[in-house]
Amino acid sequence: MKSLASLRDIKGRMDSTKKTKQITAAMEMVSASKMSKAEQNAKSYVPYSEKIQEVVASIAANNTDVSHPMLSKREVKKTGYLIVTADKGLVGAYNSSILRHLQRTIQEKHQSSDEYTVIAVGRKGYDFCQKRDIPVSKSMIGLADQPKFADIKELASETVQMFIDEEIDELIIFYNHYVSAISQQVTTKNLLPITDIETNGSGSQYEYEPDQQQILEVLLPQYAESLIFGALLDGKASEHAASMTAMRSATDNAEDLIGELELSYNRQRQAAITQEITEIIGGVAALE
Amino acid sequence: MKTLTVSVVTPDGPVLEDSFEMVSCKAESGELGILPGHIPLVAPLSISVVRLKRENGTEKLAVNGGFMEVRPDKVTILAQSAEKPSDINVQRAKEAKERAERRLQSKQDSIDFQRAELALKRAMNRINVGQ
Repeated sequence: MKSLASLRDIKGRMDSTKKTKQITAAMEMVSASKMSKAEQNAKSYVPYSEKIQEVVASIAANNTDVSHPMLSKREVKKTGYLIVTADKGLVGAYNSSILRHLQRTIQEKHQSSDEYTVIAVGRKGYDFCQKRDIPVSKSMIGLADQPKFADIKELASETVQMFIDEEIDELIIFYNHYVSAISQQVTTKNLLPITDIETNGSGSQYEYEPDQQQILEVLLPQYAESLIFGALLDGKASEHAASMTAMRSATDNAEDLIGELELSYNRQRQAAITQEITEIIGGVAALE
Repeated sequence: MKTLTVSVVTPDGPVLEDSFEMVSCKAESGELGILPGHIPLVAPLSISVVRLKRENGTEKLAVNGGFMEVRPDKVTILAQSAEKPSDINVQRAKEAKERAERRLQSKQDSIDFQRAELALKRAMNRINVGQ
């Protein structure tokens, strides 16, 4: 089948594959540098999240009588799913694994579309829901590669507000957890109500100014917002890592293809030369 | 003179960590001054200026959406944003202030009103610290 292609055709394919390879190799490097930056961001967020968790935990542990709507479970009439996807493709299974997970969860847990709503981060997730008539109550498209807290503050606080206003009774977040540059894991986190506060028993007793109830009032929404931000940072790092891996395998594939094309190009060229020589010799023999 | 270790952290990363002699800030319930050896305390901060004093001068930070955790030898300020005067763009803050004022005048529903009010506070706080 390959013998049908002319030398010029093969040459053309080789050139275009080489160009594609250059592009994917460049994209791989861009993603790699974005990934290390995103990893850095995720790291610099850790002190904040640890501290806020510690304070929330110590208040919750020392005061069992303190109650707050964000800490207590209530009957779930509507579930909010916050999904973190990318705006563009070329990231391997990054988007599809999240979306598949979302669809499966919805099929398993819900009978009608009144029982859930989606908060979509990323164009891919938004488009997916639009196409399948999944209700989307909020969305964010065009999140920066290195998001700052200020960028997502509005989305986070509005989402938390939905819970406070009892528009949703629980909030679950789906995102890709960054395990390493080559491994990302679809992760499900029950964000609200806040139930799993680890108490590491540091046991610091605090004075509260003005009192615990009011502090919780301020602190818990901030805590929830910071959790959302943390998941987004984690997701971003995964996105860049996934994009890097996808681009690397594209580059590798292009390289393989170029090798094969080169082989058949050389083979054909040789065949053409051999044929020409045979013809010349034949011609000479006919003259003698 | 005894000192306190003060660290200021935001979701975008640590802003400052150093020792100071005194921290004065505005909690939701009023002005607070923290000296070394203070009892452990947790207090939410209003959108305001945090002043960090040491022998040779004072540092100022514009803090928004934060609270402080005090231990005898350490103060941690957790805030959604904390800016040094050098990081503040006063021109931008002034524009934000005008925007917020305009929004406050055109009376809308209460959520927008609250938001504009907060935006105004943040902008004024920035201008205050930045100048």
